[in-house]
Amino acid sequence: MRTSFWRRWRLPLLLLGAFPLTVLLPRMGVINPYIDLVLKYVGINIILTISLNLVNGYMGEFSVGHAGFMAIGAYVASLLTVWVIPNAAGAWLFPVSLLAGGAVAGVAGLGIAFPSFRTRGDYLAIVTLAFNMIIKSVLENLDVIGGPRGFMGMDKLTTLWWVYVWVIIAVFLARNYVFSAFGRGVLSIREDETASGLVGVNTRQVKVMTFVFSAFLAGIAGGLFAHELQFINPRSFTILKSTDMLVMVYLGGIGSLGGSILGATVFTVVLEGLRTVLQGLGISQEWRLVVAPLLLILLMIYRPQGIMGLREFRFLTPRREPGESPGTRDLSRPGEVGP
Amino acid sequence: MHHPRFLPLLSVLALGSVVLGACGTSAPSTIRIGLNVELTGGIPVVGESSRNAAELAVKEVNDAGGLEVGGQTYMLELVVEDDEDKAESAAAAAQKLATAGVVAMIGPNASRNAIPAAEVAESAGMPMISPWSTNPKTTVDAQTGEPKKYVFRAAFIDDFQGVVAAKFAMDELHTQAPAVLYDVASEYNKGIAEVYRRTLEENGVTVVAFETYTTGDKDFTAQLTKIIAAGADSLFLPNYYSEVPLQVQQAHRLGFTGAVMGSDSWGNLELISLCGADCEGLYFTTHYAADIATPKAQAFIQAYQAAYGKVPDDVAALTYDSFGMLLQAIQAAGSLDREAIREALASITAYEGVTGTMEFRGTGDPIKSAVIIQIREGAFHYFATANP
Amino acid sequence: MQFYVQQALNALQVGSVYALIALGYTMVYGILTMINFAHGDIFMVSTYFAFFFSTALLATAEGLHPVIVFVATLLTAMLGTALLAVVIERLAYKPLRNAPRISAVITALGVGLFLENFMVAFKPVGPAPRFLPALIPAVNFNVAGVFVSTIQIVIIVVSALVMVLLDAIVRRTMVGMAMRAISWDKFTVPLMGVPVDRIISATFALGASIAAVGGTLYGMAYTIDPYMGIRIGWWAFISAVVGGIGNIRGAMLGGFILGFVEIFTPVFLPSTYRDFVAFSLLLVLLIFRPTGILGRPAAQKA
Repeated sequence: MRTSFWRRWRLPLLLLGAFPLTVLLPRMGVINPYIDLVLKYVGINIILTISLNLVNGYMGEFSVGHAGFMAIGAYVASLLTVWVIPNAAGAWLFPVSLLAGGAVAGVAGLGIAFPSFRTRGDYLAIVTLAFNMIIKSVLENLDVIGGPRGFMGMDKLTTLWWVYVWVIIAVFLARNYVFSAFGRGVLSIREDETASGLVGVNTRQVKVMTFVFSAFLAGIAGGLFAHELQFINPRSFTILKSTDMLVMVYLGGIGSLGGSILGATVFTVVLEGLRTVLQGLGISQEWRLVVAPLLLILLMIYRPQGIMGLREFRFLTPRREPGESPGTRDLSRPGEVGP
Repeated sequence: MHHPRFLPLLSVLALGSVVLGACGTSAPSTIRIGLNVELTGGIPVVGESSRNAAELAVKEVNDAGGLEVGGQTYMLELVVEDDEDKAESAAAAAQKLATAGVVAMIGPNASRNAIPAAEVAESAGMPMISPWSTNPKTTVDAQTGEPKKYVFRAAFIDDFQGVVAAKFAMDELHTQAPAVLYDVASEYNKGIAEVYRRTLEENGVTVVAFETYTTGDKDFTAQLTKIIAAGADSLFLPNYYSEVPLQVQQAHRLGFTGAVMGSDSWGNLELISLCGADCEGLYFTTHYAADIATPKAQAFIQAYQAAYGKVPDDVAALTYDSFGMLLQAIQAAGSLDREAIREALASITAYEGVTGTMEFRGTGDPIKSAVIIQIREGAFHYFATANP
Repeated sequence: MQFYVQQALNALQVGSVYALIALGYTMVYGILTMINFAHGDIFMVSTYFAFFFSTALLATAEGLHPVIVFVATLLTAMLGTALLAVVIERLAYKPLRNAPRISAVITALGVGLFLENFMVAFKPVGPAPRFLPALIPAVNFNVAGVFVSTIQIVIIVVSALVMVLLDAIVRRTMVGMAMRAISWDKFTVPLMGVPVDRIISATFALGASIAAVGGTLYGMAYTIDPYMGIRIGWWAFISAVVGGIGNIRGAMLGGFILGFVEIFTPVFLPSTYRDFVAFSLLLVLLIFRPTGILGRPAAQKA
């Protein structure tokens, strides 16, 4: 039975309609620059969370060093816009820089993919952390890009609408990846790697693809971040950043793109909102950074599945037969996934 | 299994509260001035001194009825942001201030924070005055090498200070085999260390050891052992007050008996309380000395002491001067428009401040004298002046 | 020659502290197969215990013999830190004993972050670096061109003593035997009547009090600040892994290896290469010999 035109195109049209808003609202001053900034950070965090969720949530691996990929993306994109691309063309070629950053980060993703063939669990976690620290350390030792003192000179190319576009691309790509036949292999690795190997899933290929894709997304987010802050240094990309990403993934819920969006949004907004709240209560700002880890601990103890659990928003899953009930779907139930 | 609908609602509410909070932009009768300083992190005393001086400057104006600009009187409002002594947080705080609609930003102090914040300020068209940053890069555009238009400072730059330090080492300390230990992760330390070395070598004195460490390191024994093995007779430590005591102590424990000197990053009394007897007799270059103060400076010192119970250090004095310059510029501009204020700041050719006379020659960098201070009997004592 | 001896002494000093902290990581891993990422921050808190106690002690009772001051501070720091570790274990780790591993790891990261930021926000502590008051007088000796300070000697000697003591506890007491038993087989041991929960708490307490020894010694030589636990914790962790995580003698060996890396890297390379060398060492070891130098080569579970 054919689905109606509206049902099918509802979401894309909605997203398209919102696009002009993201261009105009900041320009007209309806959204004040501070909100603009927060929204941009929300977007960047969404991309980061999705990237990490692919590896930790869907594939069940144990990467805790994703900030390293973000760093690579940030540096490569920045080097391109500052050294290679002439100033005037910077804004036009911005996507090129971002993609280049993502690509190099993706190649770096291979660096973790290979060890993951042999190690799992805690050991892989340590490998990813070591990787993160090594990337940071290498960046610190390259004096030509500023070393520990950082790199700057980027124009502020990250606009709200660029972030919007990239978030949509990231969600779209991730969703298609996960619900494809290939992506099914990702889930199977999480459930039982040996069994999935036995039924014919090429686990190595799946791991490589997922790590590379995930690193690519993190690299894009890094490039966006760099062109927002206009300054990057290796210290922005340590385990502290990776931990932030972990919080967002687990807050939103592993194995759920909607969860990633929610987790990133709630985390970013709450942390920013706390600034104002604490100011109002007269409590010094340092306590803001105490709240986040506290929340994380409580989350892991009392609701480790996060906000969404393993559920997914209906609009993000592939089309089902008409007549299905609205709301979310529980992906952990057998038979729920895919047509 | 319940629907997690309340959570999206919660995030909307949170977003709403953020919007409302951020919507509290200035009532038209106040002038909002941003302060971006190091309140937490490795050098909190610097941020604290800066904030104290800022609050003092603002209070003096407000107590006198406010600032008269273009026929209207305004009260001053300070918007304080903590840069956590981290370069990326300094840039983020500058972004926040730029979007919060302050007329100008004072700070950051440490060059490693001021330089990225200056990029943001320049890009956002927000006038910025760094009280304490001495590294030349703060006021220079990283891409073009031209002077920045919106960034100014109240302190001399290290191209001058490094030379002063080197000349002192040669003429007063009579060093033949100088050594340097500096923080390679921090723009200021690296910059002035390089000027120091260059000046010495231009004058025929070879630097025997040029060792590095990274911010946050606590053990310098490896580098110091190398320095001693190289036969150094003097040690230049252009590092911040929280690290120098350890470096001096460890140097002494490893048997170093040569002269030790520093630069303006030493200028906090906290250095003495952390360092104790190890720092007795040591010298450093800096911006001002409390014991040779002019009448204007005396007034400031007394007011500061009355309010905060201690003698103001150079960061405080420079912050006070930064505010002085800014307020003068705002009045000269006759408006609260950032462009106009920038024009007014750029037009200042000389400013008489607490820290001495500042002469501006077309860039944001003042030409000023430096002083050499010696640490004696647990206090800072004026030793000599070095004129440009 | 003197140069290398001097540097070796420096390395011993630094390595001793890493070894002491590495012991805590290794003991907890041995018994729970859990990496307590908060351990570096527990070490940091221990230095503050030492700071507050010694400041208070020296302010109230003048003219006490330095050895008494030192020992009293040491014992108080050990006690306080042990209590802290047990509280953390009971509140944060115990509920997750049967949860997937990643929950425990993330919770540990969270606890560490919480401790750091709490100490920064908590007014009496704050972010500024501090020196401990002098617990023992610092006297320098010149031994054939090599400079030794009393503090250096105390650090090296006390660490060695503590390590020997710990080795004895683990090998010769009932508690130690129970710890080793649990690390071999977590499921059968309770059937033998061993109070597993109590032994686990005891392990945390013991690991933490040893870290506190490291903390007090560290505080005598360097400044303390709330963020110091990050770097030191990571280096101690690498020490534990390099030596063989779960293996006590391995932790000690690993600590000294890392001490040498820390001191000798700046001798040959710019000091910024330190982290790179240490983490590369970790990575190489994890890929080729994940159980570390002294670890038993265990079969990888799929």
